[in-house]
Amino acid sequence: MNKVMNVEIFKSISWTKSALITLMLICLPAQAGVPMPDIPKGKGDKCVEETSLMRTDHMEMILHQRDETVHKGIRTKKHSFKECINCHAVKDENNLPVSYKSPKHFCNSCHTYAAVKIDCFECHASRPDNNKLNRTNSTVKRSKTNLQ
Amino acid sequence: MIKKIHYREIEGNSVNYYILLGFLGTVIALALAATYYMEHNGHHVTGMTNQIVWGIPHVFAVFLIVAASGALNVASIASVFGKTAYKPLAPLSGLVAIALLVGGLCVLVLDLGRPDRLIVAMTAYNFKSIFAWNIILYNGFIAIVAVYLWMMMEHRMNKYSKVVGFVAFTWRLILTTGTGSIFGFLVARQGYDAAIMAPMFILMSFSFGMAIFILILMASYAGTGRPLGSIVVQRLKNLLGVFVAAVLLIVAIYHLTNLYATEHHEFEQFILLSGGIYTFLFWVVQILLGSLIPLFLFYSRVTKDAPIWTIIGCILVIVGGLAQMYGIIIGGQAFPLNMFPGFEVSSSFFDGVVSQYTPSLPEIALGIGGVAIALIMVTIAIKILRFLPLSLDNALADPHHKAKPVTEAEGKVAV
Amino acid sequence: MSDSKQSITDKPIDNYRRKFLGQLAAVTATGALGSNLILHNFAEARPADQAVTSNVRYGLLIDTSKCGDGCNACVTACNEENGLQDLDRPETDAQWIRTVKLKDKSTARTVSLPMMCQHCEFPPCVDVCPTGASFKRADGIVLVDKHLCIGCRYCMMACPYKARSFIHEELTGQVQGIPRGKGTVESCTLCVHRVDKGERPACVEACEKDGHKALIFGDLKDPTSDIAKRVSTEASTQVRGDLRLNPGVRYQGI
Repeated sequence: MNKVMNVEIFKSISWTKSALITLMLICLPAQAGVPMPDIPKGKGDKCVEETSLMRTDHMEMILHQRDETVHKGIRTKKHSFKECINCHAVKDENNLPVSYKSPKHFCNSCHTYAAVKIDCFECHASRPDNNKLNRTNSTVKRSKTNLQ
Repeated sequence: MIKKIHYREIEGNSVNYYILLGFLGTVIALALAATYYMEHNGHHVTGMTNQIVWGIPHVFAVFLIVAASGALNVASIASVFGKTAYKPLAPLSGLVAIALLVGGLCVLVLDLGRPDRLIVAMTAYNFKSIFAWNIILYNGFIAIVAVYLWMMMEHRMNKYSKVVGFVAFTWRLILTTGTGSIFGFLVARQGYDAAIMAPMFILMSFSFGMAIFILILMASYAGTGRPLGSIVVQRLKNLLGVFVAAVLLIVAIYHLTNLYATEHHEFEQFILLSGGIYTFLFWVVQILLGSLIPLFLFYSRVTKDAPIWTIIGCILVIVGGLAQMYGIIIGGQAFPLNMFPGFEVSSSFFDGVVSQYTPSLPEIALGIGGVAIALIMVTIAIKILRFLPLSLDNALADPHHKAKPVTEAEGKVAV
Repeated sequence: MSDSKQSITDKPIDNYRRKFLGQLAAVTATGALGSNLILHNFAEARPADQAVTSNVRYGLLIDTSKCGDGCNACVTACNEENGLQDLDRPETDAQWIRTVKLKDKSTARTVSLPMMCQHCEFPPCVDVCPTGASFKRADGIVLVDKHLCIGCRYCMMACPYKARSFIHEELTGQVQGIPRGKGTVESCTLCVHRVDKGERPACVEACEKDGHKALIFGDLKDPTSDIAKRVSTEASTQVRGDLRLNPGVRYQGI
């Protein structure tokens, strides 16, 4: 029940925003001549919520879940940031997930288009964890190997 | 008969005025460039480490903040204690107070790890934090002193200036108590954790603020060629001497208390005898140059009447004050935490060793930039608004002054 | 909106409490029967959708006499787990856990022990933090909410254990779920991401794997837990106990 209510909350506050964003999506490319971003498809059939709701309110969900997780230790997967990253990972030519720095990164592709700067990835990993990929398998002394 | 005091904007069209503005502007630009460099690369390009977490920027910031509340003294003496002789100086006193505080806060904010999140500091409060109290105290101080200035400078509001002046005076005492308690409440470190930090900071504020105020007063009158009577300067200087002596006393009490308790012996040994730079700064800069020599200059028969010695004395008080801040802030961190009493401690994280600190150029630039911000605010404000009386000659400054033959040299202070 | 939130969160907590009390009773009963089987089962993993409660208080007991000579397994494991990198700048590199060597000045006895955030009941870092970024979770784990941290470093001034590190440079290659970034302060999280799954911190597992078993992790409030039993029957000390911060980390053999 609580999940449903959560979504209701997001829906109720989102209609103005959806209207605005839809308007922007219609107007911007026409006016500025900016091509629509090539937004990569995530895994599975559909996202955890309706695509329209995700477009307008993903930040609210992440923010809500963020405080729940950090302060209360609630680690449900549905709205978890980690799961966003896992599901929307984009692979490069070597079949490895790209980081936020790549224009192909799911978040980057749209955020660059919308010109909205986010600082999530200054701290958070921007691609799925892979021990061999992200972490050097050394002891205390680690090399400066920088894989991102 | 009391003459009416006329406040006027300064002309501010001389070449020297624009040279001053240009110089201060350049210093501020350099400080901002330094800030960008530090924030872009992260704090590893500074001298600050996980051992010395607060560095030169904090020395300057806390010094300026403490001096800010001290600079308000002159106004307080005039309106709270009813000393009319200080009244002509009151608006400048309020202005310098606001300017110094803004300068100090700029340094503090620009040194944050995430200055972009300043809004968080303004919206998310932990009311048990002395830091959070200080955010309220600093903002409140600026607001109250601004209202105070309005009451003083607007004739129709003059009748309220005493009440607002009293509020401002109380507020500034609480503010400096709060600043001292940033250190006083730190139970972890040997150099801090002492209630005396609060009164010590109050007295330090009296001293540093007055020294800065005297210098700004003399500089602005010399620069504009307006008459500044010797009585005004000497009265302020004599008061500064009392404050310097009071700081000496409380510093002595602080160290004597520590020396009495065996648990603090190692820390006192460090500061007073074996601390290298910190010992030098304490004895030579803070005590000798910053306290004893100014006291001599302010009261000895040879030097007490000469403006040049007053100026040198004030500069020395400021230098000594910065050394004292350095000793408190950096010295207090350099001395290792006493986690395991009775044990020699060593680790990969510098446990048990005296931490080294070498300030980098950018962080020094940021600190000095704060001073420049304060000075440029004063420089511009006295051109825009009527902060300075046209004349502060002896007859004006002291209603009871018997006009004795005033020589040219006495009437105008040559700088 | 706040009302509906209230109702959302209240019910599961009640359920959790009920379940927890039930478990507690069952565990106590089993314990009374003298079974040792449940000793390592310090807590059944809390359901992911339920908030931590103050019914538990996590802590560590460190037996310094079991600390291996020159052993650094706990430090290595922590760095590995949390993605701490050595940038060859020892003065600014982050250290969440470190080995401290002690030598008694009057008797010359030497001891070696791991030092990290002591997860105080009354943490000075939480008291001084202006934004509330430093906080103590209901289960006693002291954390930094890096979304609120402005990087003022006052907590580092206040910590008696030198447990915190400031991130002095831009980082890359963070581990998923362990956010770390420039301009914020961090420290040992007691591997909160593992604890929330019902696992033990990386240092504790590494120590056991190396055969020392110098570190014990558990719920200090659960009288049947290994750690609670040990601290109630054996001597242990808190570092800087004079400050009365009641750290969740206790030491033996100092």
